[in-house]
Order: sequence, then structure tokens, then C-alpha cells
Amino acid sequence: MDMTHEWYVALSKSFGLFWLLGLSVAITAYAFWPSLGGRFDKAANSILDDEDGPAQPTAGKLEGKVCR
Amino acid sequence: MMSNLTSTERARAMLITVAGVLIGLTMAAVGRNDPMGAHGWIVLLFCGVLFFLVAQTLYDAEPVEDRSTSYYDDPTKVGILLALFWAVVAMGMGVWVASQLAWPDLRFDAAWSSFGRIRPVHTSGVIFGFGGNALIATSYHIMQRTSRARMPDQVSPWFVLLGFNLFCVVAASGYLMGITQSKEYAEPEWYADLWLVIVWVVYFILYIRTLARRNEPHIYVANWYYLSFILVVAILHIVNNLAVPASFSGAKSYSAFAGVQDAMVQWWYGHNAVAFFLTTGFLGMLYYFLPKRAGRPIYSYRLSILSFWGIVFFYIWVGSHHLHYTALPQWVQTLGVTFSVMLLVPSWASAGNALMTLNGAWHKVRDDATLRFMMVAAVFYGLSTFEGSFMAIRPVNALSHYTDWTVGHVHSGAMGWVAMITFGSIYALTPMLWRRETMYSWKAVEWHFWLALSGTVIYIFAMWNSGITQGLMWRTYTESGTLRFSFVDTLIAMHPYYIARAFGGLLFFAGACICFWNVVMTIRRVPNHAPEADYPTIPEAMEPAVPAAE
Repeated sequence: MDMTHEWYVALSKSFGLFWLLGLSVAITAYAFWPSLGGRFDKAANSILDDEDGPAQPTAGKLEGKVCR
Repeated sequence: MMSNLTSTERARAMLITVAGVLIGLTMAAVGRNDPMGAHGWIVLLFCGVLFFLVAQTLYDAEPVEDRSTSYYDDPTKVGILLALFWAVVAMGMGVWVASQLAWPDLRFDAAWSSFGRIRPVHTSGVIFGFGGNALIATSYHIMQRTSRARMPDQVSPWFVLLGFNLFCVVAASGYLMGITQSKEYAEPEWYADLWLVIVWVVYFILYIRTLARRNEPHIYVANWYYLSFILVVAILHIVNNLAVPASFSGAKSYSAFAGVQDAMVQWWYGHNAVAFFLTTGFLGMLYYFLPKRAGRPIYSYRLSILSFWGIVFFYIWVGSHHLHYTALPQWVQTLGVTFSVMLLVPSWASAGNALMTLNGAWHKVRDDATLRFMMVAAVFYGLSTFEGSFMAIRPVNALSHYTDWTVGHVHSGAMGWVAMITFGSIYALTPMLWRRETMYSWKAVEWHFWLALSGTVIYIFAMWNSGITQGLMWRTYTESGTLRFSFVDTLIAMHPYYIARAFGGLLFFAGACICFWNVVMTIRRVPNHAPEADYPTIPEAMEPAVPAAE
């Protein structure tokens, strides 16, 4: 197979198009998947109060209870 | 600071610096008849100083801190200070370069001080020295916090930070000696490029290892932006710098690409340096520090994911808009135009997301200059991405290309967006990192804000005027079909704008100096904050369950 100019043009017009469309659909589906809402909300809020050091193996039940 | 390393880590650090000294010595010996020899001595000196810094602490007691209970912030602190040091040096250089254009005598007739040599010191200094150090430092901070995990070791973060600064020093000193491969934002020669690859791969591995230790199920979106910055910059850097050294005893090399392919690869790199060095990493900063400072979660987390993939996917194709009306095939140019215009959607999604986050917190924006830095950054991000998409359209580009409008556009992004979000993040981070009650002087932060904003506005208005005037003068014909204006005519028309530009840059530079001073004074003079808890506290043991006053 010759890597000619025409070959690249054909590739970008065929595979390139469907790659772009497929990726857009997949990402939009992921971003707006209803059941992921809780996880995203938790992540968005997680940075607001994160100066209390690395999570401790035993500290799971103390999380969120630290007074500021 | 080095005594926080265990003795094994100290030994490892010393081995690395010894290797650096040996490499420097080899370069100095092999390249003694070439500017590369001078670089050898610089490498030797740099690694030698680091060797002695570590060696001093070799017999100090082992650190007693419990590493599982705190984040590792020492390299972040040094990174912030290095970023500010580079900001002052490189923005000072920028003021000098701008002044040379207005008053050419300021070259003082030396070879090293010619425009072509000190301009890349300015550009590399602000992009890599200031921006790069700020990105590395904030990424260390953010990756640990958002993962609720400490970095896996204490040597590789130093290796990345200091190794990157060695690259910056070699780059800047090389330009002054005349070493360049003449590729914009990729001027350093082959040995510096190879070194950066090593540093960058270690950086990537460090980030992935930290994320692998995370105690959060979901990776916060700021990390995605930082990771795209690290990964794509590695790809861009390696491909664009593929070259064959003329000899191993000299700096000169020849690009692996020729003609229009070389131009295309260079601008694929060049524009994506803007995208993945100067945008995605700083969006990571924005998505972390802006919500945190405003005390509100990001307006739409889902939108941040969508705009992440949009930016990553569209940006990579737009580089060809730098080569309109050249030998580049027409369809490649059109591809660049199309993707540049589409790019407006994810860019404005990010800018809008940031501004919507501030809804309900506008009183904080009014009172807090730190948050105002971030707000203005989001506004300039929106403005400059609109301008960029607009300038990528062929007929607009016919007027704007090769004129000062391009320079104005770059600075609207670099000063208004990148530097503003960085300064905002530094002001947010400094008291937190050094556990100080507050910044040393809030008045100085206000001064910095207004100096930076007025400097940026003066700069870009001067360049808009000058660029459009230039573009129109270049395309004005007489009735007989000859050019109406000579090149010197356009230069005379530019002169007042060049003075205004140098003045705008001077204001911005003054702001950066104030910032450096303020950060140093905060570290030295402001009393310690009562530990807000960099370790998990047990509320029952440390504090009363109900504050005494209630």
C-alpha cells in the first residue's frame, strides 16, 4: 500500500469522520449518563475541603466529621 | 528541606547528581571547541551545587515524620518560588525586547543582546520557566489532594522539578550563545531535547503512580487536564524535535523533516504547545483553584468532562492555520480552519462553566483580588479563544498574519489568561502551603491585580491598532498597481504603538515583581496559622464538640 497524498485524504474522509462521530457520541453518553450523577457531584464537592491529609486506612468512619 | 529525605533517598539523590556532574564533564570535554562545551560546564555546576546541598544532610538524623499522614509539599514550595523567579527574569526580558523594538539602540551592540537571541529567552522563560514551574508545582499539590494520597516517593518529584529547571537554564543560556534550531518554542538543541524527554517521562510516571494510590473512586477532572498536558507535550516534543546531530561534539543538528513537512510538524507542535502547555494544564488549575477559592463546586461537572474531550480532540488538528496561503495543501489548511472554529464550543464551555461557578459568589470576587485574578483569567480565556478562532479563518488571517495582531492575540492569552490564573492560584496556594494566616499584604495583591489588568489591556489594544494598521498598509496599492507604502513607512506608523506596548509590559512586569516580594514576605514575616490539619484530627480529642461561644 502506497502512503500517497490520495491515500491520506481518503483515510481522513472515511475513517476520520466516523472516528470523530463515534468518539463524540461515546463521550456525550458518558458525561450525561444519569446514574453517574452522584459520582460526579461527589467529585465536584470533594475538592472544597481536602486539606486534612491523605486518607487513612482506619479513618474511613471519621471522614467528613472533622471540625473546621 | 533535604533532611526530610531518608538516608536511602539522600544516597539516591546524590547518585543522580553525580551522574549529572559526569554528563556535564563529558559534554565540556567533548564539546570544548563548540558552545556545547559551555553547556557542559553549566550542567556540571548545576548538578555539583545540588550534590553539595544533599551531601550536607547525609549524616543528619533520619526524618521522624509519619509519611502516611501528610502530603509531600516541599517540591511544590520550591516550584512556586522558581516560577516567580522565572516570571521576574523572563518578563523583565520581555520589557527589554519590547523596548528594543521602540528604541533599537537598547541593543547596546552586543551579539548576545540582539533581538533574535533575547526574544526566545523571554518566550521560553515565561512559557517554560514561569508557566512550566507553576504547572509542575500546582500539579504536585492537586494530584495529592484530589487523590487523598501522598506522592509515592520523595526523589522523583525533585528530579522532575530540578531536571526541568536545568533544561530551562540550558535553553536560556544557549539562546544567548546563539544555539538554536530555529523552531518556535522548540529552540533548544538535541541534547537539551533528549534531557527533557527523560524528565518528562519520569513526570508522567510520577503522576500515574500517585493516581494509582488514590483513595477517591473518581479521578477529579483537573487531573485529566494535567495528564493531557503531560502526555501530549511528550508526544509533541519528541516528534517535532526528531533531528540528526551534525556531530556528537557540537550543538548543531538537522531536522528529520524538510520543506513544508517541517513547517507543518513545527506548527502542529507550535499550536499544540499553546493548547497543551498553555491551556489544558492551566484549565486544570482553573478547575481546582477557582471552585475552591469561591467555596462552591464547579457549576457543571458534566460540562467540564465534555469540554475536556472537546478541547483535546479538536485542538490537535488546528496547527495548520499558521500556514495559510503557503505551500501546504489547501485541504490541510481548511481542516485547520474548521477545527479552529469548532474549538470555540469547548473553549467557551470551560470559560462559561468557570463564570457560572461564580454566580452567587460575586461579592467574593469584588472583595477578594485572588478570586478576581481567576475571574479575569476566565474572561480573557473566552476572549482570546474567540479571537483565535476568528483569526484562523482564511480571509481574516490574510489581514492578520505576520502582523502585530498575532503578537497581541498571543499576549491576550498569555497575560490575560495564563498568567492571571497562575497568579490567582499562587495567591490562593501560598498561605495554604506555608501554613500562614494570610498573605503578607492584601493591598499589594490589589496593586498587582490592577497593574496586571491595565498592563494587559494597554498591551493588546496597542497591538490590535498596530497590527491592523500594518496589515492594511501592506495591502494598499496605488492606481498603477504598486505598493503604496514602503516597509519603513509602516515602521514609522508602528512606533507609538511599540512604546505603548513596552509600557503595558512594564506595568505587568511590575505586578510580577510585587507578587514575588509579597510571597517572600509572606513566608518570612506572616505568623504561622494554627494547624488547620494536614493530618486527620479526631474531633473529640482535639476540639470541643460545640464551640465554646455557642
